[in-house]
Amino acid sequence: MRTRSIVKRVGLFFLVIWGAATVNFVIPRLSPSDPIRSRLSAMAVQSGFVQTGIEEMVKAYQAKFGLDQPLYVQYFRYLKDMFTFNFGYSLSLYPAQVLDLILNALPWTIGLLTMATLIAFLIGTITGALMAWPGVPQLFKSVASIFLTMSAIPYYLLGLMLLYLFGFVWKVLPLYGGYPAGTVPSVSLPFIGTIIRHSILPALSIVLAEMGFWAIGMRSMMVTTEGEDYMVFAEARGLRKRTIFSGYALRNAMLPQYTSLALSLGRIVSGSVLVEVIFAYPGIGTLLYTAIKGSDYFIIYGVVFMVILTLGVTTLLLDLLYPLLDPRIRQGA
Amino acid sequence: MGTLVGSPQQEIAPREASVNRERLMNFGSYIRRNPALGFGLFIIILLLLIGIIGPLFVDTERSAPASVLPDQPPSREFPLGTDDQGRDLFAVVVVGLPLTMRVGFIAGIVGLGIGTILGFTAGYLGGMTDTIIRTLADVLLTVPGLVVLITFASTVKGTIGIGTMALIVASLAWMWPTRTIRSQVLSLRERGYVQLAKISGMSTPEIIFYELVPNLLPYLAGSFVGAVGSAVLASIGLEALGLGPQNEPTMGMTIYWAISFNALIRGLWWWWLTPIALLVLLFVGLMFISLGLDELANPRTRRTNS
Repeated sequence: MRTRSIVKRVGLFFLVIWGAATVNFVIPRLSPSDPIRSRLSAMAVQSGFVQTGIEEMVKAYQAKFGLDQPLYVQYFRYLKDMFTFNFGYSLSLYPAQVLDLILNALPWTIGLLTMATLIAFLIGTITGALMAWPGVPQLFKSVASIFLTMSAIPYYLLGLMLLYLFGFVWKVLPLYGGYPAGTVPSVSLPFIGTIIRHSILPALSIVLAEMGFWAIGMRSMMVTTEGEDYMVFAEARGLRKRTIFSGYALRNAMLPQYTSLALSLGRIVSGSVLVEVIFAYPGIGTLLYTAIKGSDYFIIYGVVFMVILTLGVTTLLLDLLYPLLDPRIRQGA
Repeated sequence: MGTLVGSPQQEIAPREASVNRERLMNFGSYIRRNPALGFGLFIIILLLLIGIIGPLFVDTERSAPASVLPDQPPSREFPLGTDDQGRDLFAVVVVGLPLTMRVGFIAGIVGLGIGTILGFTAGYLGGMTDTIIRTLADVLLTVPGLVVLITFASTVKGTIGIGTMALIVASLAWMWPTRTIRSQVLSLRERGYVQLAKISGMSTPEIIFYELVPNLLPYLAGSFVGAVGSAVLASIGLEALGLGPQNEPTMGMTIYWAISFNALIRGLWWWWLTPIALLVLLFVGLMFISLGLDELANPRTRRTNS
């Protein structure tokens, strides 16, 4: 039974990845416009001369990308490329490989989003747990409720407001970028300092917007947990309040939070697109944004595929590891 | 909404009117017990009024580029200022806010419609149909929505109108309704009164429409509000990336123009502050409505609101 469910889960994973790759293949081909042709004409218009040889160039590129082959040959070649991470070349930064561009941007995104997500998770979960705990002062609960309302606001809108206040009006934090313009990234203490300074605002906007989400989930789980028999029993045994809170209520109420945490860590790469755009942070989001603006289709499809792949891998790992956290699942499945 | 008292009805059928008035009073007293719902509805109605009453106060033609002086701060002539391309931002709000809400509304209806049909089919029929629908919804749920929408939208870039925008967003708005409705149907299916209806010879569609749907109404309403919210969120996200209707002054497009013309570091705060404030109101309003509907659907959560 156990192996069967693992096989099923891994099968689902490949189904998702294959589905994503296929969607990536089909959608551009449904569109009447030819990305290569439109890109080349755009380049011709930009450089300001009429390109007479554009038809030949389109033909040459189509042969290069294998677009003159029958559709099913293209499809299998495409699948092979995707699974070997061969996303082709960028159209606007021509000699650059899409994979290299993605790999350069990835550490920025992962660094920023992992930190922000973990901080939001910690603060939010503890706040939510305290909000549902009887002995906590009413004042704390009221203040926390205001913060919960902020979870309704999309983080990039919060980001714009923070950027205006801290970056433009008070000028205490940098306005854009991941590091000062004109410097070369290096691993030294002062440089790490500037990286942190640059990441405060984008991180803060994500933390403020996400905290409420964690707190709401945790609060309702705590309420459910408080009604359990083992809580009454723990109280009857005369255990200290603090022990009951952390050892009995918190630990049990946390379980669904772990699931969501793993899911939102998986969403990291996609979740940051707009924040990165607003702060011009040199990660995946900004790469995607510039690619959209410049109709650089191979980058768009490469990023989309990578994002879906990371999310698929995270959810797969999560599902396989979850029984270790919650022993009840082991028997249940 | 059965709560609106129509005056012609009052003349023709007084009894009907008194029933309606009673309902209205019931609704009023219910709102008092459920302030979250009332507050949310109040905000949303207020936002709808901007689009309805607004055209009386401003020439909507001014929402087009190059119709007024650019970069004017708020003044008596331009209460919300003007943008870099010569749009009167008050006119932009009056025209654009309803457009943004319409995208969310259409996508919400389409999403809920598909979700309801699939959810009922999966939950009621079970078996193979259920497995296929559930797997499809689950697979699509693990796929990051915005990213797939980016693929869609960047392919049809430039030719997007309000309707296309709504459909693109709706294409990923049906999975949550499908899941919630399916699980509700699964639990309702086994209830006594449904069994009774089945034994007394009601047909499947009859059972669905007379027994299941009325009991699911609060859930359907909740799913609808959720779907509208996520659709607006997704459409704003796409628009802020420049993948929206280029010729329509929706709130997301306004934010996009403000970002691409560096309104932030040029100190043109009135350009981006208004759309953001209105969107924040919209999201907060939707959140309060869904909190209120949650309580309506599941009175047990009242305990948690202490």
